[in-house]
Amino acid sequence: MRREIPLFITAITGVVFIIAYFIPHPPFNQIQDLFQTWFQIIAAFAIILGVLNLMVVNGDKVYRRSKGWGYSVIIILSFLVMAGIGTFKLGSKASPLEEGTPFMYLFYNVYYPLTSTVFALLAFFVASASFRAFRARNKEAALLLTAAFFVMLGRVPIGDYLTSWIPLKWLHLSTIANWIMAYPNMAAQRAIMIGIALGIISTSLRLILGIERSYLGGD
Amino acid sequence: MADTIGIWVAALLTLFIFSFLYKDNPLYKMAEHLFIGVSAGYWVSYLYQNVFKPNLYNPLFHQGKLLLIIPLILGLMMVMRLFPKIGWISRWSIAFIVGITSGYYLITYLQTNAVDQVRASLLNFSQINNIILVVGVLSGLIYFFFSAEHRGVLGGTAKLGIWFLMVAFGASFGYTVMARISLLIGRMQFLLGDWLGLLH
Repeated sequence: MRREIPLFITAITGVVFIIAYFIPHPPFNQIQDLFQTWFQIIAAFAIILGVLNLMVVNGDKVYRRSKGWGYSVIIILSFLVMAGIGTFKLGSKASPLEEGTPFMYLFYNVYYPLTSTVFALLAFFVASASFRAFRARNKEAALLLTAAFFVMLGRVPIGDYLTSWIPLKWLHLSTIANWIMAYPNMAAQRAIMIGIALGIISTSLRLILGIERSYLGGD
Repeated sequence: MADTIGIWVAALLTLFIFSFLYKDNPLYKMAEHLFIGVSAGYWVSYLYQNVFKPNLYNPLFHQGKLLLIIPLILGLMMVMRLFPKIGWISRWSIAFIVGITSGYYLITYLQTNAVDQVRASLLNFSQINNIILVVGVLSGLIYFFFSAEHRGVLGGTAKLGIWFLMVAFGASFGYTVMARISLLIGRMQFLLGDWLGLLH
């Protein structure tokens, strides 16, 4: 019962989506639309589960006064403020997602700077990691290095500035970068995409047919 | 006034995060934990306003669409995961998500990533670039074929596939670096322009 019903649900929902693709007529397309709406709601609950878990873990740290519990207080308080303002539309009449609301004020002055700075920080780590890892020890590494070099330089104004004096346009860095992106890169990306597709198709079939059951966990 | 406070808060948080470049410190940790809490709060609000309210709350309680009780129950069953003794009940909701994702991905990946990509690779050999593209796709696919040992012609073609893959990885790396650098430039423009007013 604990395993059979979930396997049945997976099989039914998966098969409905496959049939609806080949027969986009009632009742299959209607069931597909219905399932899509349900999917959005249940997936949203999955995110809520993650957030609740975050609160439980950090609440427990505060309760036990574990090491660094003060940081857990910051997580809980900042969550409550942001979620409270956004959910209960504090300070906004229509939607809190409109410009000029307190929610968007926090978004632009807290959430956005933090997100972009955290990702900008990676620029330094990528630079230091590549300095250590990028040694052209063999042909493959040299190819990777060369492609990265041309793409990086070919996409900025200084790249074209450096090679603009060359009369042959196909030797300009931006032209080389565009060619790398359009042909050798595209060829490999297509091979990867086809490989991924075949992997996903086989995994999906295994899930729908009940061969792959690891998502059900133990017991 | 509110804008000025906002800019100062944003600038200080930016500097707190950048302080990690020196070493891990309490200011960085504070900003990091603030980031986690605010992100969670943002997504809860976003989901409530864009998913729960228009797709569940309003249709169920104001328009009487009682069939929506099913996803509501399945959603609540998902949350039961928090309680270890009855956590198994969330399998029904997970099974629904897995089933829909499998059915959807099976079709869309078959269409867009397999059939369409193969179709786009069926080119005539009138141009050298077309030959490079077809050879690159085939050799790349042969590299991913692990059912036979990579020796002889197969090994040579797989080796060629590796070279194409290396060029693609290099290009992807270059793009990633460029994206991160542009974010860094954005933050610097904010600090030097919006905050300190040194850029005009």
